[in-house]
Amino acid sequence: MPERIIVPFGPQHPVLPEPIHVDLVLEDEKVVEAIPSIGYIHRGLEQLVQKREYTEYVYVAERICGICSFIHALCYSQGIEHIMKIEVPDRARYLRTIWSECSRLHSHLLWLGLFADSMGFENLFMRSWQLRESVLDVLEDTTGGRVIQGTCKVGGVRRDIGQEKLDEMHRELDPFEQKCRDLGDVFLNDETVKYRLRGLGVITKDEAYALGAAGPTARGSGVAMDHRETGYAAYGDLGFKPVVETAGDCYARCAVRVKEVYASIDIIRRAIEEMPEGPIDVKVKGTPDGEYFSRAEQPRGEVVHYLRGDGSKHLARARIRTPTLANIPPLVKMLPGAQLADVPVVVLSIDPCISCTER
Amino acid sequence: MTVNEEQTLIDVALENLLSEVEGLHADGYRLVQIGCTDIGGAYEVNYSFDKGYQFKNLRLTVGPETEVPSISGIYWGAFVYENEMHDLFGIPVTGINIDFKGTFIKTAEKYPFSVTRRGGDQCRNA
Repeated sequence: MPERIIVPFGPQHPVLPEPIHVDLVLEDEKVVEAIPSIGYIHRGLEQLVQKREYTEYVYVAERICGICSFIHALCYSQGIEHIMKIEVPDRARYLRTIWSECSRLHSHLLWLGLFADSMGFENLFMRSWQLRESVLDVLEDTTGGRVIQGTCKVGGVRRDIGQEKLDEMHRELDPFEQKCRDLGDVFLNDETVKYRLRGLGVITKDEAYALGAAGPTARGSGVAMDHRETGYAAYGDLGFKPVVETAGDCYARCAVRVKEVYASIDIIRRAIEEMPEGPIDVKVKGTPDGEYFSRAEQPRGEVVHYLRGDGSKHLARARIRTPTLANIPPLVKMLPGAQLADVPVVVLSIDPCISCTER
Repeated sequence: MTVNEEQTLIDVALENLLSEVEGLHADGYRLVQIGCTDIGGAYEVNYSFDKGYQFKNLRLTVGPETEVPSISGIYWGAFVYENEMHDLFGIPVTGINIDFKGTFIKTAEKYPFSVTRRGGDQCRNA
């Protein structure tokens, strides 16, 4: 019988951008059990609702994550708007959709680069991040911020995008999509990548659903679940179908994200074409009194903001369930059977965002 | 158009928690999250489920020292939320399939959001 040893993986590891720790129980070099732990950067942001007014807390919500920051602000704002029965102007919904999809684009391109790096494919890493820069440039041009946008607010958005800029973005989309398709072609068709990823870290459709997997982790296993289907922001007007793969391995999760890059470009294109005229915000009066579980689709999956107001200017409770927390149980099931050298690739395949998870 | 997702909220007694959760599991619901709210000396625990974007919540209200049975025997992945309930709020959850015994979330202060340790001062740790 092979000797069993425990190898600590993380919280500091060359492929991990953020601290998660996994105790790997190995037989020779094969993982037989994985025990995760988190909590190295717990920030207590949920508790800040008791010190920040509900309108100011949008800024805190946006800082839960440095990658999908805009969608946190959107999810929070939508929750407050539901409680206070605020109708957001159509143009604000479309602008929110464009910035959400820009966030998804730069998040997926960032992840594709990190994933290539975890496989030792440095050239692909650099190309992915080069394309990501174009998206960050658009975010900077339209919001003033590359990482934290600060444009979403309760009742709408703070900034508009002028027609000239929208036309310029629209013109840039075709060449940008071509570059993304060239990049995606390597991830989807390169023999080295396929050899490295196929059959690795498999979870079946039933397992993914039963374990509560979210986002590309669930869709890579065939679970056709994407909260954009519910039609929040402008997704209901624009129409949307989730990207789904069925193999449930690292390659399938990678393929979902590559194809979601194309889908995001298409959504931005149609949002620009159908952008309604009109105001971008409404005046917000009163204070929230009620509760709501606001949900939105982040690049890593469904995020839930539970918000409860008691009629005062401070919320009584904000509880945020981020997609990475939901994807930890699937990760624990993916790792057994993998070789030690494959662990970084499997861990990265759920696109862990520990800052989000810690709140 | 604001978001108008239909959300169902059902208050559940402690003794009925497992049977209610088993019923949702049998109906094909997935576990979305478990979250706690301090309601002044006690906790409200929301168990959230979803099936085809139908959102359903079971709401349990318990005192700070009340033992809550784990649902990880029904939903295997519940251990992350139940360890969080224990590590951040100090709620004793019994029978968790992977019980980290207070080491899942490594906070500088033990049970930072516990109503017992705050003694009713809701902003002390904010």
